[in-house]
Amino acid sequence: MKALLPIAGVVAVLAAVPLVVHSNVVLNFLVVTLMIALVGQGWNMLGGYGGQYSFGHAAFFGTGAYTTAILQVHYGVNAWIGFAAGIAAGAAAGAIVGALAFRAGLRSSYFALVTLAVAEVLRILASVAPITGAGVGLLLKLDVRAQSFQFQSRTAFYFVILALLAVSLVITRLLEQSRFGVWLIAVRENEDAAMALGVDTFAVKLGAMTLSAAITAAAGCFYVQYFLFVDSGIAYGTWISIEALLTPIIGGVGTVFGALLGALVVKSLGEGAKLVAGDVPGLDLMIYGAVLIAVIRFAPRGLVGTVADAHGRIRRRFATAPAATGEAVRG
Amino acid sequence: MVEPLVEPLLAVDTVSRRFGGLLAVDGASLSARPARITALIGPNGAGKTTLFALISGFLKPSGGRICYDGADVTGEPPHRLARRGIARTFQIVQPFAGLSVRDNILVGAHLRHRARAEALAVAERVGHDVGLHDRLDRPANTLTVAGRKRLELARALATEPRLLLLDEVLAGLNPSEIRDVVPVIRALAARGIAVLMIEHVMQAVMSLAADVFVLAGGRIIAEGGPAAIATNPAVVEAYLGHGAATKVGGARG
Amino acid sequence: MLSPLILITAVLNGLMIGAVYALVALGLTLIYGVLHIINFAHGALMSAALFAAFFAYQKLGLDPYLATFLIAPAFFALGYALQRFVIGPASHGDDRNMLLVTLGLAVLIENALLYAFHADTRTVDLPYAFRSIDLGFTFLALPRVVSFAAVFVVALLLWAIMALTDTGKAIRAVASEKLGAELAGIDVAHIYAVTFGLGTACVAIAACLLVPTYYVTPRAGEAFVLVAFTIVVLGGMGSVPGALIGGLLIGIVESLAGFFLGESLGQVGIFLIFIVVLLVRPRGLFGASA
Repeated sequence: MKALLPIAGVVAVLAAVPLVVHSNVVLNFLVVTLMIALVGQGWNMLGGYGGQYSFGHAAFFGTGAYTTAILQVHYGVNAWIGFAAGIAAGAAAGAIVGALAFRAGLRSSYFALVTLAVAEVLRILASVAPITGAGVGLLLKLDVRAQSFQFQSRTAFYFVILALLAVSLVITRLLEQSRFGVWLIAVRENEDAAMALGVDTFAVKLGAMTLSAAITAAAGCFYVQYFLFVDSGIAYGTWISIEALLTPIIGGVGTVFGALLGALVVKSLGEGAKLVAGDVPGLDLMIYGAVLIAVIRFAPRGLVGTVADAHGRIRRRFATAPAATGEAVRG
Repeated sequence: MVEPLVEPLLAVDTVSRRFGGLLAVDGASLSARPARITALIGPNGAGKTTLFALISGFLKPSGGRICYDGADVTGEPPHRLARRGIARTFQIVQPFAGLSVRDNILVGAHLRHRARAEALAVAERVGHDVGLHDRLDRPANTLTVAGRKRLELARALATEPRLLLLDEVLAGLNPSEIRDVVPVIRALAARGIAVLMIEHVMQAVMSLAADVFVLAGGRIIAEGGPAAIATNPAVVEAYLGHGAATKVGGARG
Repeated sequence: MLSPLILITAVLNGLMIGAVYALVALGLTLIYGVLHIINFAHGALMSAALFAAFFAYQKLGLDPYLATFLIAPAFFALGYALQRFVIGPASHGDDRNMLLVTLGLAVLIENALLYAFHADTRTVDLPYAFRSIDLGFTFLALPRVVSFAAVFVVALLLWAIMALTDTGKAIRAVASEKLGAELAGIDVAHIYAVTFGLGTACVAIAACLLVPTYYVTPRAGEAFVLVAFTIVVLGGMGSVPGALIGGLLIGIVESLAGFFLGESLGQVGIFLIFIVVLLVRPRGLFGASA
């Protein structure tokens, strides 16, 4: 339980924000930022801890979003049930894509390609299929009641997304300390060595992908409830696939808080750019592309990772200084 | 003194492996017994590492059978074999570079121990056993070659194997490092583990192994005790080339 | 009823469009064969080349076919610089980092084009764009015939470079055995950059060939390159004959499918082929194991 203290601290701080901040603009920014952090946390599960880089996580975001939207708009299903169904659908999509891709032994470049292609196929299909509203998209009926997962105040939405994010942070931390987590990280570092040590790498990757997809799908469902609208470009667009991977990479892949930190940075950059240069299409993604390159080039372990590395190096230098020569000889 | 022979733990029966037109392993048979060290030697390119890959499940045989502990395990994947008790090290060491030494060994320990505290304790103990106790918190990629070899060994040992496949574990070590590792390997057999090692360092093979199999051109050309193998003309031919046996025999003559 | 004449024309058209696909695929497969990375920026670079050709015509009055001689070397230099100074140094020894960087480049270039030039479709109106060659039994669009011929010339040039020049030999050495090549004194970073430059030049030439009959938008290159990805995966990553044959094949398939299925579904079809090939036989028809 001590391991969860930092999470509790961060969540408490974030929970206190609406007490101080009342501006709708800022609250909106924070809601979107936390939602993107959730998306990134999902990606991080598979990419950061598992080392499998998906370039098409939009596939799961969109599947979650469309599932709950379709159920509500076409079948009148309750929004919370739709939410659960969306997560389940996203998880299923992750499991299917994962099973196929990992069964085929796809690694690295090929895995990235397949996930990219799957997201694109879904986007094109969603842009022409009548059930997803084709080119027009789906508009949710305004029904501002808690049981319909719609709230009058932005603060309520803020607490919902914060709760979802908190759950994902706890899951991540528990995973780190579990056997599954140790195996997942081993798969990331060296699949063959992991196999030789008894790790069922297929099952581990599949499990990570399913969990990752479920978390990202939850964010997709939340998007629909918050904005009450979804179309193929929003659900399955490149923008969400990029933000899904960018946030953990900037913040620190394979860390608990990396995605949250990265989301804060990415979204702040986006807003800052808009303030300076206006809301021109392409501006934010252009900056994101440049930032991605810069981070990989200069700080591939992201903010949290780079700080942790430096900290570790300093600690070791001071701890082993007296015995240095003896150790070097024995190696 | 003649020791009673125990049943082999591993029985490789006429195993072959083809790559397109190339027959890398051609009807090879060998066995390994508990508490004994068995060596697999042979000139470069003989197919030793391929044979290891077949035994450890990284490659499927094109023909033949592999029996472990009485069961037919031919074609089973590596992780399943590891669970049965077959562990291996790699010729080119494969540490989990980004993790600490302790966390490396932990991965192996988790095979038999689900709970983190238990697995950590096992990792600590195994780390001590192989002599890495003073480096457990260092990142694995800061170890020297000798340290990495010990780590390979530690990780494999943490899975509590009954059959341990060592792939050139002494390669790249200087004579004093070899002298340090040999007793560690001998101690493994003393604990009841069946050790099957590919090795080029002949002095180590001679002093460690009870049984030796010689692989050349994908085939087992000789088997027996170390002394018999050393003087076997077919073996000398395989290493030194055609006609070498007579030359060597003549020189000693 | 479909007359055999229409079918033959469709096949011929497919061959010609396929030739351009093949050129794009060639660039991709060359980069993969030597650097062992999938260049996610290929499409964005093609879009950039389309814009370059467009502006060369609009501002400088340069015919796109002539502009090729300016744009191809310029993009070779761009590709060289990108690999040498951006992608290469960012790898830190892990393939996945290079994937991310090329993805980052793709996003950066495409959106820079979007930001600077907006999403409106632009086209180049050339007097000879609608001229056709009379074969007697059918007509073939002139620009398409020129592309077909040009691709052959480029393929021949590339072959000559690979087989006859020292650089080409060095490239082949690095592709098959990087460590050995390094030990033999070859400057691998330079060779990687040259290869990337050549691959980028291929895509730039393809863009110039397309401009008379295609449209210019920030995402145009992406759409085109997706087909090229499918071809490369189908023909085998790193296989030159695979890229060429695959390109022609896909061109024919697309041409015939266009008749029967229409635009959108055609695209999905290509994607599905792509996914299926990746899952069932990642090494493609001619390539080495994934």
